[in-house]
Amino acid sequence: MLDVRGLRKVYEGSGRRVEAVRDLTFTVGAGELVCLVGPSGCGKTTLLRCMGGLLTPTGGEVLLEGRKVTGPPPGTAFVFQEYGRSLFPWMRVAENVELPLKQKGLGKARRRELVTDALESVGLADAAGAYPWQLSGGMQQRVAIARALAYEPRVLLMDEPFAAVDAQTRADLEDLVRGLWRERGMTILFVTHDIDEAVYLGERVIVLSGSPTVVREQLTVDLPAERDQLHTRVAPRFAELRTHVYEQIQAAKRGIAPQDTPETQDALAKADAPPKRDALVKADVPGDPDVRTDPPPSR
Amino acid sequence: MRGENAVLGAAGLAAFLALGEAAPRLGLVEEAYFPPTSRIAEALVDELSDDAFWSALGDTLTGWALGLAIAVGAGIVAGVVLSVVPHLREATASTIEFLRPIPSVALIPLAVLLYGTELRSVLLLVVYASFWQVLIQVLYGVQDVDPVAEETARSYGLGPWARVRHVLWPTALPYVMTGVRLAAAVALILAVTAELVIGAPGLGSRIAVAQTSQAVPEMYALIVVAGLLGLLINVGARTVERRALAWHQSVRGEVAV
Repeated sequence: MLDVRGLRKVYEGSGRRVEAVRDLTFTVGAGELVCLVGPSGCGKTTLLRCMGGLLTPTGGEVLLEGRKVTGPPPGTAFVFQEYGRSLFPWMRVAENVELPLKQKGLGKARRRELVTDALESVGLADAAGAYPWQLSGGMQQRVAIARALAYEPRVLLMDEPFAAVDAQTRADLEDLVRGLWRERGMTILFVTHDIDEAVYLGERVIVLSGSPTVVREQLTVDLPAERDQLHTRVAPRFAELRTHVYEQIQAAKRGIAPQDTPETQDALAKADAPPKRDALVKADVPGDPDVRTDPPPSR
Repeated sequence: MRGENAVLGAAGLAAFLALGEAAPRLGLVEEAYFPPTSRIAEALVDELSDDAFWSALGDTLTGWALGLAIAVGAGIVAGVVLSVVPHLREATASTIEFLRPIPSVALIPLAVLLYGTELRSVLLLVVYASFWQVLIQVLYGVQDVDPVAEETARSYGLGPWARVRHVLWPTALPYVMTGVRLAAAVALILAVTAELVIGAPGLGSRIAVAQTSQAVPEMYALIVVAGLLGLLINVGARTVERRALAWHQSVRGEVAV
C-alpha cells in the first residue's frame, strides 16, 4: 500500500545543512494501523510530510499503491497536530469538513451526506453550525478527524494529532481513532512521540532512531484487537511492549549525543539494539515468519 | 461604562461648541474670521436648503466613491499578483518604496495638464493616494497565511486558485479591511483637496468660492460638512469591517469554551 524506499531529506539554507532523515525504508500494508515513534526532533514530521506529498524528498521515494508520490495524492488525508491552525476559523464546522469534498467535485447531496456521517462518527453532529474557535481543543481535533473521514481516504496520515490535548481527551480520541479504523478499514499511519500511545493504538510500531533518522526497529503489537484504556494499559504484555519500545527510544537518544560522529552513531545504534527475540517479536520485514511463530497472548 | 463614555463625549462636544460660541462674542478672537457657533449653524441650515450644495456634495461623493473603488480593486489585484507570482514582490519592492511616499498633491499640476478640472483630475489624485494604502495592507495580509492552513489545503487537493480563494483571501481580509478604511479617509481628503486647488466641482470648490466671497460662516459650515462626512465614512467602514470579520479574533474577542 505505502512503500517508503531509501527516503532521505536534507534541509539546506542559510549556510546550515541539516540531514533530517538519512535512510528510511519500510512498508505499510493495506488496512494496517502503524504507529511511528521516535525521540523528539528525529524527523517524524518530515517523514510524514514527504509521505503526504507536502515535501519533496532529497533522495529515495514514497510509493502509494505502486505509484510514486510527487504531490498530495488523492485518497490521502492528513490530520495535523495544530488543529487550531489547520481548521479555517472563517468557516463553520460543517463548511470546514465540506471544503475538500467540493474540491473533489462531489454533488451537494452526497457532500451533505458525508459531512453529516463524518460529524456523527466523531460525536459532533450538534456542532455543525459552530465555528471551530467556539469549540474546545479536543472537539476541534475531532472536527479535523471528521474532515479527514468525510474525504473517504484510503490512507490517513496523522502527525502527532493528540500532542496538544489534555490526557483525558487524548484517551477518548485514541479510542475514537481505533474505533474508526476498525469500522472503516482504512490504512492509518500515526506519528507520535508518546510510547504508550503508540503501543496502545498500533498493530505495528516502527521505532525510529535519533536524527539523522533511520528505522531502528519494527515491532508487531500482539495485543488483542479489542482494546480499552482500562484493561489494555495494565495488561502485562502491554507493559512488556512499552518497556521494550522505551528502551529502544532511550538508546536512540543516547545515539545522538552531540560529540558523536555519524560513524560512531551507527556503531552505537547497533550495539544498543541487540535483537531480543526471546521476549519480543522483531519484525524487520512485515510478514516476517517470526511474527506467526510467536503465540499471541490473551486472544 | 459605555453610557458614561457617551455622556462624557457629549459633554466634551457641548463644551467645545460653547467655547466656539463664547470666544468671538467675548471678543477673544476676531468675529469676522471666527464666527460664533450659532452663526455657523445658521449658515449650515441655509446650505442644506440650497440645491447647489447638494449637487456639490454629490460631486464630492462621486469622486470619493469612484476613486476608492478603483484604488481598492487595483490594490487588491496588484497585491495578490505581486505576492503569488514568485520573485515579483522582490523585483517591485524598491519601485513601490519610491512611488509610495510621493504626496498625491504633488501630482496636481500633472492632473491639471492631463484632465483640466474634470472629475478625472480628482480621480487621478484620489486613486494614487488610496491605492498604496490598500496595496501595502494586501501585501502584509498575504504574508500572514498560516503554513499549517496552507499545507492543509494542499493536502486536501486544493489547487492554486482554490487556495487563493479559501485560504489566502480570508487570511488577508482583515488587512484588506484596514487598508480600505485608511484608503476611505485618505480618498476623502484628496477629493476635497483636489476640488479646492484645481476647482473641480464639489465641496472643496464651494469652500474656495465661499472664502473668496467673504462668506466666512458658510465656509465654516462647509468645513463642518466635510468633517461629518469623514466621521460617517469611518463609522461605516468600521461597521462593514465588523460584519465581514465576525470570525476574526480582533472582533470576536475571547470566547469562553
